[in-house]
Amino acid sequence: MTRKQKKVFVRILAAAALTLGLLFAPFVPEEGPVRLALYLIPYLVIGYDILKKAFLGIVHGEVFDENFLMAIATVGAMILGEYAEGVEVMLFYQIGELFQSYAVGKSRRSITALMDIRPDYANVEQDGQLVQVDPDEVAVGDMIVVRPGERVPLDGVIVEGQSSLNTSALTGESLPREVGPGDDIISGCVNENGLLRVRASKPFGESTVSKILDLVENSSLKKAKAENFITKFAHYYTPAVCIGAALLAIVPPLFVGGWADWIGRALTFLVISCPCALVISIPLSFFGGIGGASRAGILVKGGNYLEALASTRAVVFDKTGTLTEGNFVVTNTVPVPGVSGEELLTLAALAESYSSHPISKSLQEAAGGSLDSSRVAQVQEIAGNGVVAQVDGRPVAAGNARLMERLSIPYTEDSAPGTIVYVAVDGAFAGSIRISDRIKPTAAQAVGGLRAQGVRTVMLTGDADPVAQTVAKELGIDEVHSELLPADKVTQVERLLAGKTPKTTLAFVGDGINDAPVLSRADIGIAMGAMGSDAAIEAADIVLMDDDPAKISLAMRISRKCLRIVNQNIVFALGIKVLCLVLGALGKAGMQAAIFADVGVMVLAVLNATRTLKVQE
Amino acid sequence: MQKKFKIEVDCANCAAKMEEAVRKIDGVTNASVSFMAQKMVIEADDSRFDSIMKDVVKACKKVEPDCEVYL
Repeated sequence: MTRKQKKVFVRILAAAALTLGLLFAPFVPEEGPVRLALYLIPYLVIGYDILKKAFLGIVHGEVFDENFLMAIATVGAMILGEYAEGVEVMLFYQIGELFQSYAVGKSRRSITALMDIRPDYANVEQDGQLVQVDPDEVAVGDMIVVRPGERVPLDGVIVEGQSSLNTSALTGESLPREVGPGDDIISGCVNENGLLRVRASKPFGESTVSKILDLVENSSLKKAKAENFITKFAHYYTPAVCIGAALLAIVPPLFVGGWADWIGRALTFLVISCPCALVISIPLSFFGGIGGASRAGILVKGGNYLEALASTRAVVFDKTGTLTEGNFVVTNTVPVPGVSGEELLTLAALAESYSSHPISKSLQEAAGGSLDSSRVAQVQEIAGNGVVAQVDGRPVAAGNARLMERLSIPYTEDSAPGTIVYVAVDGAFAGSIRISDRIKPTAAQAVGGLRAQGVRTVMLTGDADPVAQTVAKELGIDEVHSELLPADKVTQVERLLAGKTPKTTLAFVGDGINDAPVLSRADIGIAMGAMGSDAAIEAADIVLMDDDPAKISLAMRISRKCLRIVNQNIVFALGIKVLCLVLGALGKAGMQAAIFADVGVMVLAVLNATRTLKVQE
Repeated sequence: MQKKFKIEVDCANCAAKMEEAVRKIDGVTNASVSFMAQKMVIEADDSRFDSIMKDVVKACKKVEPDCEVYL
């Protein structure tokens, strides 16, 4: 409990003891000013702040708030001669408020604790000794030491040491990542086993962990429509209830009499009407939803985006880097008889070993890395065609079909999508190597998951049509547009936006590299693979920390669950309220019952709201 | 200029009302109060920021005398 809460708690105990004492004390008269004076003691102990706030509210023109309602209700009870009831109502109200503030504070802390990836310190070596300093004090270029079990405090590069890193706090991925000297290391990860020496590459304020914390903290400032609805709702609701209560107090007794009874009912009506269950549970639900998502490596920049995601009916994917790995690898080798696939790869890789073209890099990778470049001589690059070189003294040509034609070497064509490298040795065709972008292992699951939720999938790519069609077919994508320039992607997204039904939203998923215009044009921009990429974190509304497209359908499930809980709470809280209001007006519910109903609904709504925190994979 | 302040406010409804009140202050272009994060973001005129913040605190205290804004 906080200091404030403790104070209220003590006041509750004191007032409760005093009231009990008065209820059973023999010297308290049945009625009259002495009784009033005696009951005023616990009343003021428990309610002085409410009365003060109500008074200040009236002075400031802020009538119709909770304090005002409680003040009117209890003062009314006192005037009617129901002294004990007036004190009890105030007492129950304060108990309810205390409970509420405790429950909300606790769930708020548990959510923020889950999201807390802030490193407390960094180890810096000073005069041969390790000293713990505030991560803020570490400058770029400083050496820090990360011991096993510690959180990496700043972004940097490993200088010494081998270890596996647990990135689950950032990405939700439980598989540890192996790192060694020369590797980039990102703040917020946990060092699992080895001792690492790291050179800081960014100040703490610009490190990944600060960026993420900033983003998550600010997310509750961008409010969802449902949250704004509650604010507007309370704006009309409270005055309406007050007018209703006034009518209840005045109109029926004009016809049937019994003023005291009707005024009592009107006061009960006022007590029931407090809208706290709604006002608290809805922001809490969104906060929990955003917290749960961020645990799974999905950063949502605001409640409004989480809400919009639930009504997404179309997801537009960029192909390269999103559905595919975005790097080229050798996917197939077709050697002629008498040549092994390995031999073919080695020859091509050697011939291309002096080139830095992505294609030659993927050839070298496939051939097994360390090639002896002294085996290669007289390399001649033929622009737009390929290379001709002497490998182990034999002439080798590696390049596209045009190179084969240029050298008048008969070859067998490979018509599969991708880039084909044809290889000839001693003037004779030796085989072909296919290099293509690989589809991500989880891409099919991602698209399938979205389709199962009734979402239309569209793929946009700058790639050639055959490649695009093959990928789309393999993944089961509904609509494909290929050979697009970056500007065409914006046009396509605008066309899709114009064609959708008004209440649904469209999400665009990209890798954040050069698709910022499209990310901001779509209703929801989702950037993936954002670990360490500032541009993606800036441009998108939702950021996937790792590059797993399957997280998109997970994010949608989280968002729908969150919205479902919000709606449940709205219906539940309003339903119970209306029921109690009717019972109160009919004289079937007393004031104590009214307060218990109010607090009960609030507690259930808060408990329901905290369910949003749980994410099922 | 946009600045973030830590606040202490006990009820969600008060936070909403504080936000509404702060937005109405002359010189404040945008404001957002988060009950959950216990934070307030004020976007206001650069040159008068400090005097605007005084009005902000005053407005908040008016809505909810118990609240605290840490400048």
